[in-house]
Amino acid sequence: MSVIVPASLNDALQALARSPHATLLAGGTDLMVELNGGHRQVSEVVALARVAELRTWHHDPVAGVLHIGAGVTYAEIADEPIASWVPALAQAARTVGSPQIRHAATIGGNLGTCSPAGDGLPVLAALDATVHLASAAGARDLPLAEFMVAPKRTARLPGELITGVTVPVLGGWQGYSKVGVRNAMVIAVASVALVTDTVTESVRLALGSVGPTVLRCPDAERFAREHVDFEHRRVAAEALQRFVELARDEARPIDDHRSTAAYRRHAVGVLAGRLLRRAFPNE
Amino acid sequence: MAASATASRPDGVAKVQGTFAFSSDLTADGFLWGATLRSPHPHARITGIDVSGAWRIPGVEAVVTAADVPGKATYGLISSDQPVFASDVVRYVGEPVAAVAADHPDTCRRALAAIVVEYELLAPLVDPQRAVDGTHPSIHPDGNVVRHQRIVRGDQTIDGPVVVEGTYHLGMQDQAFLGLEAALAVPDSGGDGVELFVATQWLHEDQKQIAACLGFPAHKVRLTLGGVGGAFGAREDISLQVHTCLLALRTGRPVRMAYSREESFLGHVHRHPCTIWMRHHAELDGRIRRIEARFVFDGGAYASTSSAVLINAVTHAQGPYKCDNATVDGWAVRTNNPPCGAMRGFGVVQACFAHEGQMDRLAAAVGSDPVSIRLLNAMQTGDHLITGQVIQNVAPVARCIQETAALPLPDQPVGGHDANPLRLPGGSGLTADVGHVRRGIGWGVAIKNLMYSEAFDDYSTARVRLADGVAFVKFATSEVGQGFVTIAGQIARSVLGVDEVVLEPIDTTIGSAGSTSASRQTWMSGGAVDGACRLVRERLFERVGTAHGVDPLRLAIDGSDVVDTGGTLRVPVGLASAGVVIEQTFEHHHRPTEDLDEMGQGNCHTAFAFVAHRAVVDVDLELGLVKVVQIATAQDVGRALNPLSVVGQIEGGIAQGVGLAVMEEIIQEGGHVRNASFTDYLLPTFLDMPDVVISLIEEPDPMAPLGAKGVGEPPTISSTPAVVAAIRDALGKDLWRVPVRPADICL
Ligand SMILES: Cc1cc2nc3c(=O)[nH]c(=O)nc-3n(C[C@H](O)[C@H](O)[C@H](O)COP(=O)(O)OP(=O)(O)OC[C@H]3O[C@@H](n4cnc5c(N)ncnc54)[C@H](O)[C@@H]3O)c2cc1C
Repeated sequence: MSVIVPASLNDALQALARSPHATLLAGGTDLMVELNGGHRQVSEVVALARVAELRTWHHDPVAGVLHIGAGVTYAEIADEPIASWVPALAQAARTVGSPQIRHAATIGGNLGTCSPAGDGLPVLAALDATVHLASAAGARDLPLAEFMVAPKRTARLPGELITGVTVPVLGGWQGYSKVGVRNAMVIAVASVALVTDTVTESVRLALGSVGPTVLRCPDAERFAREHVDFEHRRVAAEALQRFVELARDEARPIDDHRSTAAYRRHAVGVLAGRLLRRAFPNE
Repeated sequence: MAASATASRPDGVAKVQGTFAFSSDLTADGFLWGATLRSPHPHARITGIDVSGAWRIPGVEAVVTAADVPGKATYGLISSDQPVFASDVVRYVGEPVAAVAADHPDTCRRALAAIVVEYELLAPLVDPQRAVDGTHPSIHPDGNVVRHQRIVRGDQTIDGPVVVEGTYHLGMQDQAFLGLEAALAVPDSGGDGVELFVATQWLHEDQKQIAACLGFPAHKVRLTLGGVGGAFGAREDISLQVHTCLLALRTGRPVRMAYSREESFLGHVHRHPCTIWMRHHAELDGRIRRIEARFVFDGGAYASTSSAVLINAVTHAQGPYKCDNATVDGWAVRTNNPPCGAMRGFGVVQACFAHEGQMDRLAAAVGSDPVSIRLLNAMQTGDHLITGQVIQNVAPVARCIQETAALPLPDQPVGGHDANPLRLPGGSGLTADVGHVRRGIGWGVAIKNLMYSEAFDDYSTARVRLADGVAFVKFATSEVGQGFVTIAGQIARSVLGVDEVVLEPIDTTIGSAGSTSASRQTWMSGGAVDGACRLVRERLFERVGTAHGVDPLRLAIDGSDVVDTGGTLRVPVGLASAGVVIEQTFEHHHRPTEDLDEMGQGNCHTAFAFVAHRAVVDVDLELGLVKVVQIATAQDVGRALNPLSVVGQIEGGIAQGVGLAVMEEIIQEGGHVRNASFTDYLLPTFLDMPDVVISLIEEPDPMAPLGAKGVGEPPTISSTPAVVAAIRDALGKDLWRVPVRPADICL
């Protein structure tokens, strides 16, 4: 096995140009588990830990966006200042693994793995994040929805790496909730991100662990937009109930050893309703 | 001995600093790695094994199968029914078929992949009830029923007036110790013996089984304890011991084997899944008149300790309650599921979950409450079990209940005073708000036998040498994390008045200490160390008496001096033992026990301990998530020789009991384990662990050598039903299965 440790983004891209199928290593919290378990064999590795460009973030208050480098860790995302700009992403970050894992695990790795249970992804989906990819030949941007193809499959091409994501910094309430069968350090059995935007008066809802990739809920979002009162932060109980049903209908869960499809569907409904109530506390 | 000694652990600092050598850290010059090829099928006939591909891989030094086992082909703790390697039939997923030794773990992996095993699939027996019913062909020459035991006592016609019944189910729990199975075998130069360093619970039993399989007399197999990172029953059975020795003897080089977590799940026995039906007949006031019960234990593919686990369950069916009449039927059966055997609580966990569910049903049926119904029926010293055995131990059942009830309930409301969402059900997932949560309270009370049962001559050996004021203590007692090394030092210090105690290596160069299980080592090995120290002290007093013309019977130890209780003589122990060596060996045997007869009658157990648990649980009714807030417990410990260790056992045992109640389960489908990793086999984290408030009930037991009862198992046993009862209380709905899953609560 050969391991290349580039010190700059350019070096990393050059290395990838030479070995387009090399395995990228960020925090290693997914990759090393697969390697140690013998579930994945690798011959060439490009380690990204020393690529400073990937480890930074940039807030543009004028454009109202936050750019997060692929190498930014969940520990950093859970903390200020990122936590104030994207509170739901910070909440999701705090549910990832343990402190040790959060100090190693990166947002780029979460995207690279593209598990429907990845905790960063529902929030990024609800925020309509843009994924930035780069190769020696150039850079391109993809909406997250197009980047995620299937469980553990992305639109990343050989020779490309994820340089980061861009998300809007919004004014409204946002939050993330995750059900697992213990109270910390657990893979999501069902999760929900809800983001509100006071400017466009929109509500965005994304579901995790209930489909092949993270799912957005256009019907529920449309319904919410018509039935919530942004000014008074109000939503009627009946409307909330309907929102729950629409969220549930969007889920495409499966039975597996972690839970049942019936429970997952039920749980995303409950979480969607509770998040909507947190966003709009008044009846 | 100073009753409230708080001696700290001799291995504590090294463990905290990460310098303690666990068995997985052992190496030797020029060692090879060993690895095991396992069956992918729950039940299949082996029609061919071709190992030639493995031999062709450079770096491979040995490939062994059943044909290479020089001695006995099988092993086992109670009956020798488990093959070292499967030769004709595989009976569970993970059963060893071959092993290799090579220069690198990767070489081993490739070698295993190059071994071709041809299987002809057979219908797996996965439903234990079919084994009971006899509706599946035998999957083993010994048959599908490992043991059936009835208990019939008293009047079989009693019916009512109050009748409550229920069916209870427990899933398969794993011991989930952190230190994975690992061993290092070093062959003797002539190849006619082997030395094994291994993490185990019982060196001498391993020695006996390994030697038989290797075709050696026992003394040709010498064992030394490798650092043990937890055991909980999973290291009672042989796992990699024979394989490692065999590979070392084959290659003439040291061989090291170490399981991965996934392999560990396949490579050791688990807690038996169990289905229990119980019916209680009671007076109108709730006094128990008769119990009926039926147990079915799924033992998996091989016998392991299933028959003893079954006996523990059926003989504890009444719980810590008076009961004169009983009809109990129990089966331990063989299936093509993973083998099950010992785990903390050993059959009593299963029985207790059922009898405590019954007590709550009974309370509801007669309009009583969980505490009153248990106090009304609480047994005491002099009462008998449904086996006819009279409880001769201290039996403070009522006191356990009352002292638990007197412990303060949590002073924090749901979510705590600061409404911290992390303290709500769902924890870091931020799923609940305070308004979604309801609090419940539940109870569990248990009786647990201590030491071995059924006429087994259970003993422990210790040797103590006093020289120049230093005590050298030798025993083969497995230190698995429970802290016997601390207790042994305390005993030697207080009996001999020495400051310095040297614990010698734990190995087979001394007689057996028995197993570190059944809550027995403080009683048994503690008794042996105490006995040896007393013999040494007698010799010391004889010397001092002769030297100073004092009757040795008047001498005593006071602090670190020998003193004349009837005079003024005072000699420091260091001085009194200067230049001499006094060495004594002592074997502690517990009192004999009997087999059960056909009606399940007989004094089959040695001694008993008791405990009560009260759980407070917050439940998110809509999502089915729980937060165990607090467990209060009063435990009958006899005497707390080291209170800090006792508290450690209680908290750890409760963590395992809570785990079984709400999350820990090996999930299998058709004999295949689906969650053989800590990603999916969930153990309680810091946020799942409740506050524990403890009252130690210290009534020294006259039968115990040091007055101290075993404390390891009771905390695990009734904490599980207490948590489930609390969830039922919050929910107002029946729940009779553990672990309780979110969907069981909310769907
Ligand atoms: C104990 C434990 C607990 C965990 N708990 C959670 C949890 O609660 N929630 C959760 O979501 N996840 C969890 N994970 C999974 C993991 O931590 C996350 O998915 C994490 O975000 C992965 O990031 P990483 O930097 O470690 O990725 P790595 O393991 O380094 O890489 C993961 C994948 O992404 C690819 N990759 C990495 N960086 C890039 C890049 N810049 N461009 C393109 N591809 C790239 C890699 O090639 C690899 O395929 C847990 C893991 C462990 C071991």
